[in-house]
Amino acid sequence: MIVFDRVSKRYANGREALNNVSFTVHTGEMVFLTGRSGAGKSTVLKLIALLERPTRGAVVVAGRNTQSLKSRHVAAYRRHIGVVFQDHKLLADRPVYDNVALPLAVAATPLKEIDRRVRAALDQVGLLGKERVLPLELSVGEQQRVGIARAVVSKPPLLIADEPTGNLDPDLSLEVMRLFRRFQDVGVTVVIASHDHHLVREFGQRVIVLENGQVQGDAADPLPSVLAYR
Amino acid sequence: MSVAVAGGRHLHALLGSLGRLARNPLATLLTLLVIALALALPTALRLFVTNAQAATGNFANAIDLSVFLKTDVPLLKAQQLAQAAQRRHDVASVTLIPADKGLEDFRTYSGFGDALVALKENPLPHVLHVRPRPEDSSAAALDALRTYFNAWPEVDLVQVDSEWVMRFNAILEVLRRLLLIAAVLLGVGVLAVVGNTIRLEIAARRAEIEVTKLVGGSNAFVRRPFLYTGVLYGLGGALLAWGIIAVTVAVLGEPVTTLARLYGSRYLLQGPAALDVGILLGAGAVLGWLGAWISAARHLRSIEPRA
Repeated sequence: MIVFDRVSKRYANGREALNNVSFTVHTGEMVFLTGRSGAGKSTVLKLIALLERPTRGAVVVAGRNTQSLKSRHVAAYRRHIGVVFQDHKLLADRPVYDNVALPLAVAATPLKEIDRRVRAALDQVGLLGKERVLPLELSVGEQQRVGIARAVVSKPPLLIADEPTGNLDPDLSLEVMRLFRRFQDVGVTVVIASHDHHLVREFGQRVIVLENGQVQGDAADPLPSVLAYR
Repeated sequence: MSVAVAGGRHLHALLGSLGRLARNPLATLLTLLVIALALALPTALRLFVTNAQAATGNFANAIDLSVFLKTDVPLLKAQQLAQAAQRRHDVASVTLIPADKGLEDFRTYSGFGDALVALKENPLPHVLHVRPRPEDSSAAALDALRTYFNAWPEVDLVQVDSEWVMRFNAILEVLRRLLLIAAVLLGVGVLAVVGNTIRLEIAARRAEIEVTKLVGGSNAFVRRPFLYTGVLYGLGGALLAWGIIAVTVAVLGEPVTTLARLYGSRYLLQGPAALDVGILLGAGAVLGWLGAWISAARHLRSIEPRA
């Protein structure tokens, strides 16, 4: 599903975020990206979501090399990827329903279909009945779940999340991670960037460790030594 | 995408734009007012030109020759001459004004009625009013006609009543040019007003645009509500301009009628014709759309999502 082939990324300010990074994520896999802040986790996700383009190397997602994608095709490309953010990026002046419906609206989904799928997505994250509530009236954990509902409402084959539990207490974090796992169970490829290695270890999934823009470890069954980067 | 779905999306964008305008009534009204004034001015100027033309009986095309016969030419001869003139291919109509009728008119309209009673005999000749065909109203064609009539032995004087008509036409032409310049300048003004309003709205909705692009909204999708907003501004401004014009015509109607009556005319001030209103509304909508499009093309591209 995702192939990083000797990818380097240098930002305009000269900072080298990634240096010769290669890895492959297969369809249906759930992968954690870990590492300190600034290790390059967010950059990997940005390259996948085409918010950035690599300086060198190739990023291939679902068989498409992002480098050769014309900018007018970027919108259609992004519709195949669900993105969850630490600060969830909800529209504060729109009710939950509108926020979750946005990815369907941009894809010209019929209104009836939108209605059905928004309710289904809210049901999956346990927020059915909160359609007309504004995001700020919800708790932080609920807001994050709205963000997840928005990411999955169009049933994308790939779900990426940048520190989705960054603002949540351990119980809520675990709950959110379990939610991601449920999507993996139905065949969605999931990539989660997280610096919370306790949580990561608890899930026993494949972990890619980044440090200073390079892959320091990649283990399907992470050993404590791989994670003991602190 | 089916037609129904596409229509639904457009309706959705339209309703969203309407809702946003309604939520900010004062700002919307001020913008509409500026657009309305910019559109009303050229419309008013056009109405003025139309009315000036109509009030003067469309004489812009009515260039006449007055052919004064010698006073000793009998009426019967004058009638024969009129028939002969009528047969010319470049003559639209010939009216014979017999000397008696001329004196009668002069007595009635000149205000010298009493003085004329003192006259023993009618000093006026028979006159032929010759109207050339519209396509034969050029200076050269008129000259040809004048030469033709001057050659008749019965003719005393040929007078072409064209100078003041030409002056009037020249004034109308100046007004038309002014109208054109005003329309272009104020049209550019409408573009600027709509463009700037849309720019502010894009800035205010930056976060929303970013998120929309992030979840796969195309540029066209993001642009659409702004285009509708632009069209609504333009159309709303044009409707308001129509209202302003209608009120102006209503207010001016009575004094214009009075003025016309003082000049012995029963002229009534004309409001905008259906075509004028159509052009006004069409221009408003197109300018609004264009202003929004230019602004959206310039400012939306720079907004890309950041994670």
